[in-house]
Amino acid sequence: MSVNVLIPSALRGFVDRQSEVEAEGATVGEALAHVAAQYPDLKHQIYEDDSNLRGFVNVFVDGTNIKKLKGLDTPVANGATVMIVPAIAGGF
Amino acid sequence: MELGKTVFETVGGTPLLKLPSISRDLDGVELYAKAEYFNPTGSVKDRAAKAMILDGIARGLLTHDKTIIDATSGNTGISYAALGAALGYKVALCLPANATEERKKLIRLYGAQIIETDPLESSDGAYNECRRLVAEHPEKYFYPDQYNNDANWKAHFEGTAVEIWEQTEHRVTHFVAGTGTSGTFMGTSRGLKHLNPQIKSVLMQPDSPFHGLEGMKHMASTIHPGFFDESIADIKLEVSTEEAYAMIRRLVREEAVLVGVSSGANVAAALKLAKTLPKGSVVVTILCDNGNRYLSGEFWEG
Repeated sequence: MSVNVLIPSALRGFVDRQSEVEAEGATVGEALAHVAAQYPDLKHQIYEDDSNLRGFVNVFVDGTNIKKLKGLDTPVANGATVMIVPAIAGGF
Repeated sequence: MELGKTVFETVGGTPLLKLPSISRDLDGVELYAKAEYFNPTGSVKDRAAKAMILDGIARGLLTHDKTIIDATSGNTGISYAALGAALGYKVALCLPANATEERKKLIRLYGAQIIETDPLESSDGAYNECRRLVAEHPEKYFYPDQYNNDANWKAHFEGTAVEIWEQTEHRVTHFVAGTGTSGTFMGTSRGLKHLNPQIKSVLMQPDSPFHGLEGMKHMASTIHPGFFDESIADIKLEVSTEEAYAMIRRLVREEAVLVGVSSGANVAAALKLAKTLPKGSVVVTILCDNGNRYLSGEFWEG
């Protein structure tokens, strides 16, 4: 499966300023791992350890938070959009 | 004599808390936290919102045919919504769609309108959308622009700084705070240095552009507020999101102080600093907002 991973502005510095990265994988976890393998600096920003995301990182698949689905095991269809959402920053 | 106070009149005058358990291991250094969650809507932003609204009224810019509009990630929005409701003004807020549900609900409870903006662009996206709306219909809105309005930092120059000065009996040596609009940091730092130029201003920053310190801005990677002047900082300290989480858990369990993540970051930075200071130092930081605004967060466990 090929999916589009949308990168928030706060993370673009870790992925050569791209706002979108293409990734392969059958699940959200596989797709994110594929992106992290291409951009090792990004890995430390979103992962707590080898298998878990940091607490404040939210990931949406086609608009739904994966916490409401199967987490990183959530399957992704070909052409799906995976969005990494940043914490709110600035200006309260 | 008239009895009672309006909500407007209860802004500011917050307590200075001791943190006996957190500061237990400090050797001759005192650590205090200005409990801004005692403000009427539960955050430090009541001070800036009140000052900007009053300034708008005084300058004839805010009239009852205008809607107050601004970009916010939540707390300022709640302050505008509440204080606007108290004075009978309509309020509209540009808010990143990923703001917490509690915040959106609070804003709506006070009767304000929310314009959700692209979550990928965070607070800069809300800021740009707000400017676009105001440029399109300038006659409809009163746009305080919290990032560029001097009334924001002056609320802290005249309020927060003076209160800290008096509550520490003029003994404060270090002031530690992070930055959103930087109003609290700039105004309090300037105010304290005005009262005693020896006081050191300590800037807390998230350790990365991508962080979970809600309300805090990573200045190196985002649009700078107009009145932010980094040169006022004598010391800079970085705090990770995980350090802030650990500190808010300690604060609630050991001190019965239930505050949000940015407060945890401030206290973590203040404690780190305090451990390096000579005896007799008096460190003051800010507890920005009430933790009950974050109860849905997963970081309370651990």
